[in-house]
Amino acid sequence: MADAQTKIQHLTWRAGFGPRAADLKRLRNSGLNEFQQRFFKASAGTPSFLEALSNPVEEGSMEDVFPKKRQVTEQERKDRKQVHFEAIKKLNRLWLAEMINSDAQLREKMAFFWHDHFACRTGNALHLQQYLHILRTNALGKFSDLLVAVSKSAAMINYLNSNLNKKGKPNENFAREVMELFSIGKGNYTEDDVKEAARAFTGWTTDYEGRFIFKAEQHDAGSKKFLGHTGNFSGDDILQLLLKEKNTARFIVEKIYRYFVNEITDDKRVNQLTDTFYTSGYDIGKLMYSIFSSEWFFRPEHIGSRIKSPIELWVGINRQLPMQFSDPDAAFGFQRVLGQVLFQPPNVAGWPSGNAWIDSSSLMFRLRLPLVLSAGTSIDVSSKPDDDIQMGKKDQPVRGMRATIQWAAYFNVFKDAGSKELPALLNRFLLQTSTGPSETILEKYSKNDSREAFLSSRSLLLMQCPEYQYC
Amino acid sequence: MLIKRRSFIKGSSLATASLLVPRFLQAFGVNEKVPAGNKVLVVLQLSGGNDGLNTVIPYRNDIYYKARPSIGIARDKAIQLNEEAGLHPALPFLGELYKEGQLSILNSVGYPEPDRSHFRSMDIWHTASNADEYLQTGWLGRLLDEECKNCSHYTQAVEIDEMLSIALKGKKRNGFAFRDPRKLYQASRSPYMEDIIRAHASEHADQTASYLYKTLADTKKSASYIYENSLQVATGTYPSTELGRNLKTVASLILSDINTKVYYVSIGSFDTHVGQDVQQTKLFRQINEALQAFVGDLKKNKRFEDVLVMSFSEFGRRVAQNSGKGTDHGTANNMFFISGGLKQKGLLNELDDLRALRMGDLQYKVDFRRVYATVLQNWLNVKAEPILGNTFEPLRFV
Repeated sequence: MADAQTKIQHLTWRAGFGPRAADLKRLRNSGLNEFQQRFFKASAGTPSFLEALSNPVEEGSMEDVFPKKRQVTEQERKDRKQVHFEAIKKLNRLWLAEMINSDAQLREKMAFFWHDHFACRTGNALHLQQYLHILRTNALGKFSDLLVAVSKSAAMINYLNSNLNKKGKPNENFAREVMELFSIGKGNYTEDDVKEAARAFTGWTTDYEGRFIFKAEQHDAGSKKFLGHTGNFSGDDILQLLLKEKNTARFIVEKIYRYFVNEITDDKRVNQLTDTFYTSGYDIGKLMYSIFSSEWFFRPEHIGSRIKSPIELWVGINRQLPMQFSDPDAAFGFQRVLGQVLFQPPNVAGWPSGNAWIDSSSLMFRLRLPLVLSAGTSIDVSSKPDDDIQMGKKDQPVRGMRATIQWAAYFNVFKDAGSKELPALLNRFLLQTSTGPSETILEKYSKNDSREAFLSSRSLLLMQCPEYQYC
Repeated sequence: MLIKRRSFIKGSSLATASLLVPRFLQAFGVNEKVPAGNKVLVVLQLSGGNDGLNTVIPYRNDIYYKARPSIGIARDKAIQLNEEAGLHPALPFLGELYKEGQLSILNSVGYPEPDRSHFRSMDIWHTASNADEYLQTGWLGRLLDEECKNCSHYTQAVEIDEMLSIALKGKKRNGFAFRDPRKLYQASRSPYMEDIIRAHASEHADQTASYLYKTLADTKKSASYIYENSLQVATGTYPSTELGRNLKTVASLILSDINTKVYYVSIGSFDTHVGQDVQQTKLFRQINEALQAFVGDLKKNKRFEDVLVMSFSEFGRRVAQNSGKGTDHGTANNMFFISGGLKQKGLLNELDDLRALRMGDLQYKVDFRRVYATVLQNWLNVKAEPILGNTFEPLRFV
């Protein structure tokens, strides 16, 4: 059976991005119940809007950002793309900072899960920050509201070509993905359902600022047959019909179970949770609460069994070992090398998971990472180019992104602990797995010149071992 | 089945091989090497969407020049292939290969419902999926899954890069990525790592982290295997470009007879929205020089018959130029095959039909997965269907 601190940390890793060094005292001394209550409460409020690009309309001219029909030169187009690219990087920084620093860990983790679920890319920073706000405000709300809001967001409408879906000239992209990936899942609808749903979604588009617009003249108002129902369905009707299907609840619950509990699902639990989720009217907060406050969530087979995704790894390191970067783009560069960049999912199906994150080169880089960060040296690794974003420019290797670890603050956390206690304390704080490198090996490579040298060297050794990749 | 497995991983004559191999290598199972005579594939990825129409220039076609008044390449500048078509002026070495019957070109390659996002279209080429399907494994990764169930070195497919592309990721097996064998070798030899790997193997091999420990141990083993082998063969003079260095690494590995069957290298970016000619010429010159050194090296060592270089790009570009003397994202494209062992040479099919455009774009005529099927079945001698998930009719160029 895991000890109380490991259980509390299990909650912080799964329902958030891991324990914070500054919270060590609380991790050690709180009861699980007390900690849970506080943890959930911290995510209750409404998130602030993360703004990376101010809406130019308020300052006079939207045309500067999106000239409508005016002829633009290639240079102007490039410049504008650059403005958005920079703003998207800024939004990445802003959200990452929330993940690292915010007490609303559950909300940010859920928003991150929804970003993976409703995977979407856009080169328009205004649309993107709107999309992110939808994810964060609805992260623990009703899934039904979230589904409708994301479906009608400018980012998604453009990404899945709803704006090209017109009466008589249907584009089935959104109709297909909303069923296959966002709601009921494959096997629960037919090709005819896709065609009929696409007709119902005709007329959905947005304006430049990202407001949803329904163009009645482009909407196919005729009768449709969908999942056994017949009627003059609108796009909204289709979403509601999908939510009526219990398979939608099941699809979401199963995905949540795999993501937050264990990749190996448990049919009995998934069925129970599906019932709760469905009858609660798709209340996400309630669902998550019932998982994270259950007794079974803390069973040993779930603890330390998940391979951290690159973002989980990165944010987790930054929470455990606070650090600063001279280059504001450092975190962006590391995301690229680690293979997961916020707002750049590989496709609409989202990121891979589990062992799929690991290959020879990615593992070597993950294991070296703590050393690179602590040495304050630069690393010399190029990431794969992304021409959708770089527009043909060559990517610079991640170089000169030196980290300064705030060791003093870290040491301070351990000031009350006796020297004999330290090895076990560090083990428990840094590793969620039940096993790890033996004390003999760790001792061989730890520095013993001073308490500080021991703390820093031992922490880095633990962070370089394969077990650290799990949470 | 037996024959297939053997041809994929095993060398033919153990006796000969072990005589030629230094002792330190014998511990690594020399019988897995790929001796001369076995086929090797080198995939050359042109990232960013190379403009196929200015690569293979249809210089008898008025529509081409009308659509490209300032970036169209004049007939007298192009390297002549035949009456209809020529190559971009920066590719003279490929022109020579063409004359010698060591280059074949397949036009109008693509897939239905083409996607114009670089990332997504590359994803489709890497995973060999349909446009409306999302796979988490690549075609070469699945080749490893199928053919390398019991290999002791996971170095059958190697990417010369710091990160592994999804093309080389399988469900159970992954390819191996590195830029510099020496750096990789050094990185894999930290004493702390060695200690924890050894301890893990003897103490708790079945624990949670065992997948990572296994990957780590494999990496270490493969890194030594590659490093020690790539040291063996000094090769010719290569240009000091990234592609030059990467192809030099590939050649040194091919010539050292390690067990690698597939090499993956990339060059970019071909995303020429603005000022296309300067950028494309620069990149083509690099390709031309690097391939010249590479092919020369292989010929000198009598391995050119066993090596097939296949180039591709995630999409072609629009037929008409844009206002920035560049081209925007398009659809179908051509692929090049370079080898001393081609069965069909030269232009394998007709040039793109510029009269049958679809909203300004070329229409594909050959599904790229037919090319994959060809390479898998006719070159690497493995069954394509389990890897591609469907039957695609192979072509006959190899």
